[in-house]
Amino acid sequence: MENKQTIIINGREVPFNGQKNLLEIIRSANIEMPTFCYHSELSVYGACRLCIVDIEGMGVVTSCSTAPKAGMVVRTHTDKLRKMRKIYMELLLANHHQSCTTCAKSSMCKLQDLAARMDVKEVRFQKTGCEKALDTSSPSLIRDPNKCILCGDCVRACDEIQGIGAIDFANRGASTTVVPAFEKDIKSVDCVYCGLCASVCPTGAIMPRPETEAVWDILHDETKTVVVQIAPAVRVAIGEMFGLEPGTISTGKMVAALKMLGFDKVFDTSFAADLTVLEETNEFLKRKEKNEKLPLFTSCCPAWVKYVEQSFSDILPHVSSCRSPQQMFGSVARETLPKTLDVKPEDLHIVSIMPCTAKKFEAKRPEFMKNDQPDVDAVITTQELGRMIKQAGIQFNQLTSESFDMPLGFKTGAGIIFGTTGGVSEAVLRYASEKLTGQKPDPDDIARVRAKDGLRVHTVKIGEAELKLAIVHGLKNICEIAEQVRDGQCDYDFIEVMACPGGCVTGAGQPVSHDDTAKELRARGLYNKDKDLQLHNSDDNPYLHRCYQQHLGDIGGHKAHELLHTKYSSRKRFDDVEFLISEEHHQERLGVNVCVGTSCYLRGSQKLLEDVMKHVKKQDLHEQVEVRATFCFETCDHGPTVRVGETVMKKATVETICEEMNRQLQVLV
Amino acid sequence: METDTKLRKFGRVCEIVDKYDRNPSKLIPILQEVQKEYRYLPEEVMTYVATCLDMSPARVYGVASFYANFALEPKGKYVVHICDGTACHVKGSGAIKEALYKKLKLSGDKPTTDDLMFTVEAVSCLGACGLAPVMTVNEKVHGQMTAESAEALIDDILAEEADNA
Amino acid sequence: MLKQQIDLNTVKKEYQEKADALKQRLIICAGTGCVANGAMDVYEALVDELKRQDLNVTVSLQKENGKAEDGYYVSPSGCQGFCQAGPLVTVQPQGWLYVKVKPEDVAELVKETFVRNQPLERLLYKNPADDKIYAKQEEIPFYRGQNRYVLGDCGLIHPEDLDEYIAKDGYLAAKKAYTEMTSQEICDTMIASGLRGRGGGGFPTGKKWAFTLVEESEKKYVICNGDEGDPGAFMDRSLMEGNPHRIIEGMMITARAIGADEGYVYVRAEYPLAVQRIQRAVKDAEAAGLLGDDIFGSGYSFRLVVMEGAGAFVCGEETALIASIEGLRGMPRPKPPFPAQSGLWGKPTVINNVETLATVPMIIHQGFETYRKLGTEGSPGTKTFALTGHVVNTGLIEVPFGATLREIIFDIGGGVTDNMDNPDPNGFKAVQIGGPSGGCLTEEFLDLPLDFDSVRNIGAMVGSGGLVVMNRSTCMIQVAHFFMQFTQNESCGKCVPCREGTKQMLVLLEDIMEGRADQGTLDLLDDLAQAVLLGSLCGLGKTAPNPVLSTLKHFRAECEAHIFDKRCPTGQCKALAIPEILADKCKGCTACIRKCPVDAITGERKQPHVIDPELCVKCGTCAQVCKFNAIVGV
Repeated sequence: MENKQTIIINGREVPFNGQKNLLEIIRSANIEMPTFCYHSELSVYGACRLCIVDIEGMGVVTSCSTAPKAGMVVRTHTDKLRKMRKIYMELLLANHHQSCTTCAKSSMCKLQDLAARMDVKEVRFQKTGCEKALDTSSPSLIRDPNKCILCGDCVRACDEIQGIGAIDFANRGASTTVVPAFEKDIKSVDCVYCGLCASVCPTGAIMPRPETEAVWDILHDETKTVVVQIAPAVRVAIGEMFGLEPGTISTGKMVAALKMLGFDKVFDTSFAADLTVLEETNEFLKRKEKNEKLPLFTSCCPAWVKYVEQSFSDILPHVSSCRSPQQMFGSVARETLPKTLDVKPEDLHIVSIMPCTAKKFEAKRPEFMKNDQPDVDAVITTQELGRMIKQAGIQFNQLTSESFDMPLGFKTGAGIIFGTTGGVSEAVLRYASEKLTGQKPDPDDIARVRAKDGLRVHTVKIGEAELKLAIVHGLKNICEIAEQVRDGQCDYDFIEVMACPGGCVTGAGQPVSHDDTAKELRARGLYNKDKDLQLHNSDDNPYLHRCYQQHLGDIGGHKAHELLHTKYSSRKRFDDVEFLISEEHHQERLGVNVCVGTSCYLRGSQKLLEDVMKHVKKQDLHEQVEVRATFCFETCDHGPTVRVGETVMKKATVETICEEMNRQLQVLV
Repeated sequence: METDTKLRKFGRVCEIVDKYDRNPSKLIPILQEVQKEYRYLPEEVMTYVATCLDMSPARVYGVASFYANFALEPKGKYVVHICDGTACHVKGSGAIKEALYKKLKLSGDKPTTDDLMFTVEAVSCLGACGLAPVMTVNEKVHGQMTAESAEALIDDILAEEADNA
Repeated sequence: MLKQQIDLNTVKKEYQEKADALKQRLIICAGTGCVANGAMDVYEALVDELKRQDLNVTVSLQKENGKAEDGYYVSPSGCQGFCQAGPLVTVQPQGWLYVKVKPEDVAELVKETFVRNQPLERLLYKNPADDKIYAKQEEIPFYRGQNRYVLGDCGLIHPEDLDEYIAKDGYLAAKKAYTEMTSQEICDTMIASGLRGRGGGGFPTGKKWAFTLVEESEKKYVICNGDEGDPGAFMDRSLMEGNPHRIIEGMMITARAIGADEGYVYVRAEYPLAVQRIQRAVKDAEAAGLLGDDIFGSGYSFRLVVMEGAGAFVCGEETALIASIEGLRGMPRPKPPFPAQSGLWGKPTVINNVETLATVPMIIHQGFETYRKLGTEGSPGTKTFALTGHVVNTGLIEVPFGATLREIIFDIGGGVTDNMDNPDPNGFKAVQIGGPSGGCLTEEFLDLPLDFDSVRNIGAMVGSGGLVVMNRSTCMIQVAHFFMQFTQNESCGKCVPCREGTKQMLVLLEDIMEGRADQGTLDLLDDLAQAVLLGSLCGLGKTAPNPVLSTLKHFRAECEAHIFDKRCPTGQCKALAIPEILADKCKGCTACIRKCPVDAITGERKQPHVIDPELCVKCGTCAQVCKFNAIVGV
């Protein structure tokens, strides 16, 4: 018979079963251990030292890094421990930029919370550091190093969950900081703006970039008509800003609040999600029929899109050409609303409320601008909406529910579940299944799709067809698959990718939650909402079909393509990734950039570089030509890649390069 | 830098990363060898090494900035290290450092002269405590120094440089 | 392919024959200290001079080189220890030691030593205390008080000559371990020997091995921690430079004991010569079949990689060192799991310090009983120390555990010096032991028998073996500040207590040095030190407060003078000094009066001037212009 294992915590026996560390067991005994650096989904770091406990025979150790052993006698708040924690808090606060009253993280800040809980009444230490500059370069995130407590949560999240490592520790000792490579600003490096760093940050050191002032300005402009779209994941989280449980569906109150704030029309991004289902499924089925460019990757997640552009640009043809729901909504609204609402196009303002920081970046992409006018004017996060509601003094919890405006406020349940991992796949399955077989998908398949693993692979049968699905959240999980696709070794048909672990419900724009169960509850909220709705298949959305009839024509047709699809292209991962090989020179010269990235290097680009330099020397072209070695990460499958002037040459040889160089030089002359 | 030198150095970087099989765990020896080529670690070279090792440049920078022996700025032709180990410290290494800082118009924040001739840095124990206070010039150890003898050493180097020029 | 196994006995015999045939041998200390003082110039000059005199001279006894029968052999060695008196030249077989030898002494040296066969008196050591001259090295007080058990061969053998190492019974212990002993027997022998880790912690080496031995794993590693970072310590450096094969042999035995087939020697980058010597030794050992596959025909393999550190003190901490080998920032991680369970690349790993590893072959070779005869019950064996600071004889020494500080500082070290390097019989103030993790000990502890436990009981630690003597003009607050500055710079920056705590302790010490402190400062410093000590992630943080705590404890009066009387008893803290013009030195030249920017100095020409401490801003201008050193406290 199995012995039940127990440890003694503060004199009381506590059973344990499978927990990896003491901290989890102590939590299970209803004691919340203070910690900044422990996250169940990240590796144990052991740096903040707040979760210290006193164990008989071991002394003071951190509970996060200690494995339980039956019979351990553990104390969690002896006089000594209490004093130590207090000193550690004081140490952190001494050099923390204590601008709590003006900090957007205030009331959601773990540092603030723990300082209160540890009963820190004064900070006896002096400030030793000096003020550091803010990084406001990115459209999505703001870094304030003055508020950083170096817990490393962001560093580990970016590396361990997203597999990117856009930020890391630099320097050491008292000079330690968390920065992008070479202390550049975040815009110049490979950050995908998913904001996972901001959501794990216990303080205000990394925050979503606020756009509330821009939205207030728009709202206050009497001449404008302001419409707003709300992403699915927002409705199950906004309530948390007002003390409601995660997962509480607050759609009606939110619509009411938005109306009170002054928005003229309140629409639903889920409508555009339904639109995405139709477009993307048809794109997929066409490819499946022709068996070309498979697998198809989803393209709803802007962080994933940026990631694939910069790291796997050669598989871009596999990425669905569909715009994300936010951008489909934007272009459809621009196309249809001026007429429907009887406003001049230039007087129509479109605001998004998103759970996501990368959506701010997406809205500013040149692909989604027409004549310098972005399809979506401003993107605010769930958090920001909450703050606006509070600022306006609106008593959210007292509001009577109101309904979305039509037609862009109508959706099916399929458009709602987009906000969680597996949701897009499920929506596609529902549509494809009914379209091909007239049957609803098998509940077993759905259960598999709804599982929570970071990578789920599942084969579904729809009629005669077998579809191999992969559902991925957390970008680290996609890396291997992307490499397989690049090598032509991947036999999946359809791959759903969301950067945030759990999908949009856990986006960095959502209310800050230090509670691991929140994402689960929010996802459940979406599925509940789906159940409540009458329709579950995007194809059943009557407004959608009316929209096709009146404005878009056929699914996947010409007009639909213009408004609902786009083309993504490769993007540099970093700025300034080149060596100047030529001597420095003041006058403008013809640039010859030879890629020496791994793949081109293997194809002999180093030798090519030497040969080009020989040619330059022989022909004495130093004053006309400027040779650089670059490692651009651009199309690598046809290397060596060389750019002469603006001409990109694939499979370049020294002959073709010199020929091109001479041609361009002659044109210049 | 001459074109050929640049090309040669770049070629060396390629050789070095290949020599270590592009193995990310060999980052430190790779950076050490790269630094021997350039005398410091230029940003673009670190980024290149990062891509070769398939790791993030932020991590490479994190490692390079952690260890004291990696230079992120170009160093002078003569690198003067003044030992600030305990033995040297109690025997007055601070005064030597101050004297050289003053002589060469340098400071802790500005360790290298504008003409890239001298870099003066206080370093942790050089392990020649028996000769405290100790300084090294390009790894040659000079023991039992005083502020005056250190200044004289710099003068000798300057004179030699002037002769060569 | 079958490889011929090296026959240690043949090598030994052949070498011995060559050595016995020599007339005399000159050993030039080529440790870092002597090299800095010009030892290599002396070496070259000696070889040239012997040749010039047509004396049969050789510079190598290695196999491929010719014999020097009936001739003279000039060889470099590792550190002979007496750095203060370098460059050192030892004459064998007589055992004469020449000190402070310069190239210009060489002609006379050769003539006296070899032609007239008597020691050259003016190059012999003269004890400054009683002007007595010593011919033989072993008679010199500095050496007489020592027991050079681990260091012995270091100053004798040619560090790049594998044959000579073998001739000194080198690699016999390894052979025994690989061919006659089981892993368990080796571990048991080590446990029985009572050897404790010399890196600072003093953990029993045999137990560490046994823990690793029981771990089941296809792959295990041995790491030699040569990242000696304590300021004021150079024992490991000298061993690596002087006797690299001993360390390799120690690692081979360790590997056999735990079942490892791969090892890393992690050497501090500040030690280029040590890196070079170890690399050379590894190459020679590989060529001789001592490293590689099927060692001594045992079927076991062992390979060594030499890695140069990149400059981080914290990498002396074992988990940080592992991170560094793995190509990461040298940040420690929480223990457990210990490296014995999960070390390098997650595999069971033993990390031992250089001196520990250098001791291992002797224990295996001579048996643990012989070893236990040295030292104390709880700390058997000897310990090397780097004796530096305000002491007459600085250098590398070795004594059995149980020796007292008085024996070390006064008998071996020859007593304390003043700031001008002159002996000062009453000058002793403190001795710093254990580097930044240790503490300062006062006169009352001079007769305490030193071992791991006795030193820990008084709030310091043996550490890796730095001993820095401080004379009475040293301000102990400044010493504590120096160490705190060091740990703060070298903290990896990971955990809060160490990163932020050392920073704040430094601020509080500055408050004391600059007259801003009060009772609250003292209390806060105490609370903070305790919190850092108890709660830091790794050994660096956990010991960082020791210098402060030991100062607060042993130099309470000096602290209180700074805090309550705003006075630095040694006059070293500039901010607390009272500006004064010494009337007996002042010539009344008025230079200071003219230069003082705040008109704080008054006086008539040719009369002693007076400075007003209330007005003075201590800018120091007056002291700079004063030609008579009459102005103090600015």
